[in-house]
Amino acid sequence: MTEAIASRTARAIDAARAEGRAALVVYLPVGYPDVDTSIAAAKAAVDAGADIVELGLPYSDPGMDGPVIQAAVQAALDAGTRTADVLRAVREVAATGAPTLVMTYYNPVHHYGVAAFAADLADAGGAGLITPDLIPDEAGEWIAAADRYGLDKVFLVAPSSTTERLHLTAAASRGFVYAASTMGVTGARVSVGERAEALVAATRSAGAERVCVGLGVSTGEHAREVAGYADGVIVGSALVRTLQRSDGDIEAALADLQGLTRDLASGVRAARGAPAPQDLDQAGSVGSA
Amino acid sequence: MTTRGRRDEGDAGDTRDEARRSEAAVDSETTVAMSANNRALRDALGPYFGEFGGRFVPEALIAALDDLTAAWEKARTDPEFTDRLAALHRDYTGRPSPITEVPRFAAHAGGVRVLLKREDLNHTGSHKINNVLGQALLTQLVGKRRVIAETGAGQHGVATATAAALFGLECTIYMGAEDTRRQALNVARMRLLGAEVVPVETGSQTLKDAINEAFRDWVANVETTNYVFGTVAGPHPFPTLVRDLQKIIGEEARGQVLERIGRLPDVAIACVGGGSNAMGLFHAFLDDPVRLIGCEAAGDGVETGRHAATITAGAPGVLHGARSYLLQDADGQTIESHSISAGLDYPGVGPEHSWLSSIGRAEYRPVSDAEAMDAFRLLCRTEGIIPAIESAHALAGALRLGNEIVGDAPAGTDPAETVLLVSLSGRGDKDVATAASWFDLVDENDLIEKGTS
Repeated sequence: MTEAIASRTARAIDAARAEGRAALVVYLPVGYPDVDTSIAAAKAAVDAGADIVELGLPYSDPGMDGPVIQAAVQAALDAGTRTADVLRAVREVAATGAPTLVMTYYNPVHHYGVAAFAADLADAGGAGLITPDLIPDEAGEWIAAADRYGLDKVFLVAPSSTTERLHLTAAASRGFVYAASTMGVTGARVSVGERAEALVAATRSAGAERVCVGLGVSTGEHAREVAGYADGVIVGSALVRTLQRSDGDIEAALADLQGLTRDLASGVRAARGAPAPQDLDQAGSVGSA
Repeated sequence: MTTRGRRDEGDAGDTRDEARRSEAAVDSETTVAMSANNRALRDALGPYFGEFGGRFVPEALIAALDDLTAAWEKARTDPEFTDRLAALHRDYTGRPSPITEVPRFAAHAGGVRVLLKREDLNHTGSHKINNVLGQALLTQLVGKRRVIAETGAGQHGVATATAAALFGLECTIYMGAEDTRRQALNVARMRLLGAEVVPVETGSQTLKDAINEAFRDWVANVETTNYVFGTVAGPHPFPTLVRDLQKIIGEEARGQVLERIGRLPDVAIACVGGGSNAMGLFHAFLDDPVRLIGCEAAGDGVETGRHAATITAGAPGVLHGARSYLLQDADGQTIESHSISAGLDYPGVGPEHSWLSSIGRAEYRPVSDAEAMDAFRLLCRTEGIIPAIESAHALAGALRLGNEIVGDAPAGTDPAETVLLVSLSGRGDKDVATAASWFDLVDENDLIEKGTS
């Protein structure tokens, strides 16, 4: 990884590592159920133990997302969510101190202007981008902009990635490498893919210093399992689902979101015997945060 | 490459200022493009066509795309593969498809000569079969037993289901739920052929969403499944692969026109949605002094915003794995396209077309629903050929172009010196209900009952 530029995301992962645990990375799409609630939800997740936040930029053609996130981003777009709203959300969530990345398909960034987007994201306090449909081979413009503005470049690896591509992706990434646990799209699954552990090991062998695992992680038990071998655990659909309420009770939704986040935060600590999150208040003063 | 200056054979000399101007522009720009890479335009192999193309897909698909690229590189020059494909074209599809001169139709095009390349006469009724037979053979070659495909109008879905039946492959077709209602008979056809048809309920429930869903299936099942992409769009190698499998259209037509009239046509015209029949027609002529015109679906009119005229009214962007022209809003969100023709109702276009447009080698013109339907009826009544509504866009383009050329020609020029070659990419059986409704030929209620019964 390129380490000449200090990455806040990498620092947060290293801080978790120093506590003997994996980092908890949460995904929430901006604009679902509305922009302000999505910002409140991300802040609530940070309060409940999330270390790193991924804010999703809603896109009309989310080819790598399963039904839960598809429906949420479509609702966000139908409600009029704009790219500018995402940058506002980044500004507010980053103010919590948690590294805040934007997870986005490439076209909205391409259309905004890659350099202009990088400049505005950096100005908003954003940590970088996760790009599910942009491979390093096609990312020259984004890599140059990210390096210029000191942003994280989180690229993905998959169980089908060759060793050569793992090296390429590890070398191009900054912050962490996103290991897709399974061949498939986002969404809660009964179990996390069996190939995830081997993929994390192979990605480390290819030079990645920090590897986080996403796709299919939905429970504290999954988080505990993944935290046994990965530097970070990424959860999306399961959290988005807590916000799907037909009664529109935002307080209840945020309470559910925080409940699941605490469960996941316990999971990332349980694997290697780190203090449980309820002890965080006491542990915080001696932690490396 | 030795005949860049003028059309080489049988040219009438001093004619048609506008055509000459545009031809001169084409020549100078293609010369620049060719000198840049010192290759003929026909040799463009991807993954990039100028600044277009590429692979904007999840990493999970890269290994499969690499495998497919390697398999195609090997197969395209392997006599065992090419012989098998040629035999299928001949014995199964019925190739070569003929060219038909249509003088009664051409009388409405200023009196120029119009030749149709009859892809409508292929087995399954359109050019789509050319591509799927090649990709089904390739699927066998890479050792996979299942194919998936997207479909809009249903033509590519029917063709894929046909090839899957022929090769004994498992087959799943993704089709927008909206399109399954508009094209219920094609859904029945695919099911008769043994395919599973999955209506896609997400997004706009049309072709673009069917492609998204097919990609999701492919990511999850890539080890057993080949994605038989239907057009010259998508990530590399699909634009190159599908073009290579469709270029038989232009290669046959070029020889047939030379044989028929002793020279090349002045213009080659085809409709463009994703652009596979157009790329198939154009490819053989890329290095010839032949004007190339792609007709995009202008729906209610480009000015209304309800259209599918991607190159005319879009901007470069990334959708479905490639950088190309795209209909998108101020935030880069895909705009839903509109066209009476389901096969052209797509907000993107193949990257090679974007490139040919950017270097001035091909022109892309909008044709509205109304113009296309007028041309549809005219061909029915003057020549006894019911075209696909997609192909009717090319026919409308030919009518307008013929009249332009004749109108701009000096007095005394014989209009019949100009020859237009038009790709009749498909037949219109599937469109009879749409046409009957458009022209108010039957009671609407009868039509609905028949469509759903």
